[in-house]
Amino acid sequence: MTEPLLDVDGLQVSFATEDGLVRAVDGVSFTLDRGEVVAIVGESGSGKSVTVMTLMGLTRSPNARFAGSARLRGGDLITASEEELERVRGQEIAMIFQDPISSLSPVMRIGNQIAEQIRAHEKVSKSEALDRAAGLMERVGIPRARDRLRAYPHEFSGGMRQRVMIAMALSLSPSVLIADEPTTALDVTIQAQILKEITQLSRESNSGVIFVTHDLGVVADVADRVLVMYSGRLVEQGTVDEIFYDPQHPYTWGLMGSITRVDRDPPRRLPAIPGAPPSLLRVPEGCHFRPRCPHAFDRCREVPPLEPRLAGAPDHLDRCWLSTEDKRVKREVGGRIGLATGDVIK
Amino acid sequence: MTDDSQPQGDQGAQEDPASPAASGSPLLQAEHVQLYFPIKYGVLIDRTVGVVHAVDDVSLSLPEGQTLGIVGESGCGKSTLARCMVRLLEPTDGTLRFRGRDITHLGRRPLQPFRREVQLVFQDPSSSLNPRKRVGQIVAAPLQVQGMGRDAARARVRDLLDRVGLNPEHVNRFPHEFSGGQRQRIGVARALAVNPKLIVLDEPVSALDVSVQAQVINLLDDLQDDLGLSYVFIAHDLSVVRHVSDQIAVMYLGKIMELSPAAELYSKPIHPYTSALLAAIPIPDPKENRTRERRVISGEPPNPVNPPAGCRFHTRCPWSTKVCTEVEPPLAEYPGGHLAACHHPRNVSSAEIAAATRSPLSPLSSAQLLPAGVEEAPASGTGSQVAATAGGLAERPDEEP
Repeated sequence: MTEPLLDVDGLQVSFATEDGLVRAVDGVSFTLDRGEVVAIVGESGSGKSVTVMTLMGLTRSPNARFAGSARLRGGDLITASEEELERVRGQEIAMIFQDPISSLSPVMRIGNQIAEQIRAHEKVSKSEALDRAAGLMERVGIPRARDRLRAYPHEFSGGMRQRVMIAMALSLSPSVLIADEPTTALDVTIQAQILKEITQLSRESNSGVIFVTHDLGVVADVADRVLVMYSGRLVEQGTVDEIFYDPQHPYTWGLMGSITRVDRDPPRRLPAIPGAPPSLLRVPEGCHFRPRCPHAFDRCREVPPLEPRLAGAPDHLDRCWLSTEDKRVKREVGGRIGLATGDVIK
Repeated sequence: MTDDSQPQGDQGAQEDPASPAASGSPLLQAEHVQLYFPIKYGVLIDRTVGVVHAVDDVSLSLPEGQTLGIVGESGCGKSTLARCMVRLLEPTDGTLRFRGRDITHLGRRPLQPFRREVQLVFQDPSSSLNPRKRVGQIVAAPLQVQGMGRDAARARVRDLLDRVGLNPEHVNRFPHEFSGGQRQRIGVARALAVNPKLIVLDEPVSALDVSVQAQVINLLDDLQDDLGLSYVFIAHDLSVVRHVSDQIAVMYLGKIMELSPAAELYSKPIHPYTSALLAAIPIPDPKENRTRERRVISGEPPNPVNPPAGCRFHTRCPWSTKVCTEVEPPLAEYPGGHLAACHHPRNVSSAEIAAATRSPLSPLSSAQLLPAGVEEAPASGTGSQVAATAGGLAERPDEEP
């Protein structure tokens, strides 16, 4: 096996606040290869966005503390200087944000916004950069791209704005593309178009994609591997098939159980995960999921390590003390995978 | 959702009370409701330069105790329609009836008893709750408007919070001290305060995490069973709508494209737009997702200022022919109270097409012309419903010149 494209090892991000230290990301490790799509799933507040924003150097602030490393082509993104980061951002690693309207400048023409990024990294003339911008816009499926170089973001629909974001992210052919909930604000028909665009373009350029989302349908659609995050920690990771057909962590069961599907008759009641994620200021000791987990027992007061627990699946890791047989029995709820809780509200 | 009514998942829920033809006395009825927003131009002289056809000739009826789902892309007019239904907006044309009484143009005072019976829950709980009021004050506000005394209101608020699964001890907290799901519960508690019969839910779970979505949907489910509520449930997420609705209306550019008993919409979508919406949704099952061939419709909805002539969907429809560009299809009624406005219906047999009648809910502007037959869909007769649903739309057939 060759060296991975991106190697994140023991990443920790914490923020000092007036109320105490918030451990937003608590020891996250994973790798990303070329041509691979890795999805990070979890609820809001699980630290998935903070993880990817840290890779982009966007969480640096006086109250932030970092530990661990994120190696991209030999350089470490965590300890890199601002100048190094500026060179790497856009060129090596680029990001598509959730909300295109707040990530584009409202007072600058679309063409100039894309061209600006190209010119920040390469010595090209303005007209040349604009030419390339038009080419990129065409590539992501914006019709009449050349005419629309002079348009402002407000003249575009949500889907078209997201395409502009993708065009910008791809402008310098980065090797790592991060997409943070890129389709959450869009309609399903447009979402389907955008997902197709992102996966196709990344395959063409053979880059690695980190896809942050809470939509398991999207995960099943685009991902090769899945990381499940809960309360700042990875609780399970594996290939998309391992996670969907043989999930090992109760939190993953809960996620699987609570989704509604269009292609199945709905169950009478949706199995919800009881309770809410813990505040990051007061995380429970041991397994973070313990207070919400119906299968918790004494040993869960101790933090389970993230390690392979299944014979024959060395890359399927999870953080749960239950035995494999126990898990197999306990995750079956009414013929499907879920968290057996009955109906706890609160 | 109301388990005492029709069995779900069954083909053609027979004598479905939701079927508009069969309904006795619906709770809320919309007849050819239209809402146009004028586009004004000029500073001193207010010239109207055009109109946005937000809701265009929509007829619906909601039987008591049931849930009507309304789905469609953003900008299709689903929220505007909901706002019309609760009379936050006054329709430009058409009639709205609540328990048979015309409420279309009632003023503020005569509307007050109606307001007590109809409440609204909004999409974003953090912007629909006043951040400077305590939860107790927020939930008590509708009670005070209706003239309830302080002590009585206080007791009622505690009941309500308990009812929606919040700790009644938290009456003195501010909205920001709650999580997203809890805030949405506060919104529901406020809507419940005046004992309404109908709650209009405008994307009530779209802003929530999946696990929390399930909690809120289950809560809404329980409340409906216990209190006999009727819901109008607006969403762009077809999988959530399926779970809660008895009947679903699919809207596109201000018009209803398809109106169907909930389960049937998914097993047997008649309108190509519905199939397109279904095909666009990723299934949370990697293997099925890989095998299912998905045809993604291209483009975006046209501008509602100047909607296309004929069928509004024809610009994006893979089946459109000449007739679609010229003649607006009426809502044809198929077996089981399944309505669709399309010249080239999918998933119906020739016999069903021959038996189809023009529904009285059809827009006034639509033609008398009913679909002629299953012409160019040899592959997707009734036999291959599942394949047609999962596959979504087939390749665009050669268009007539």
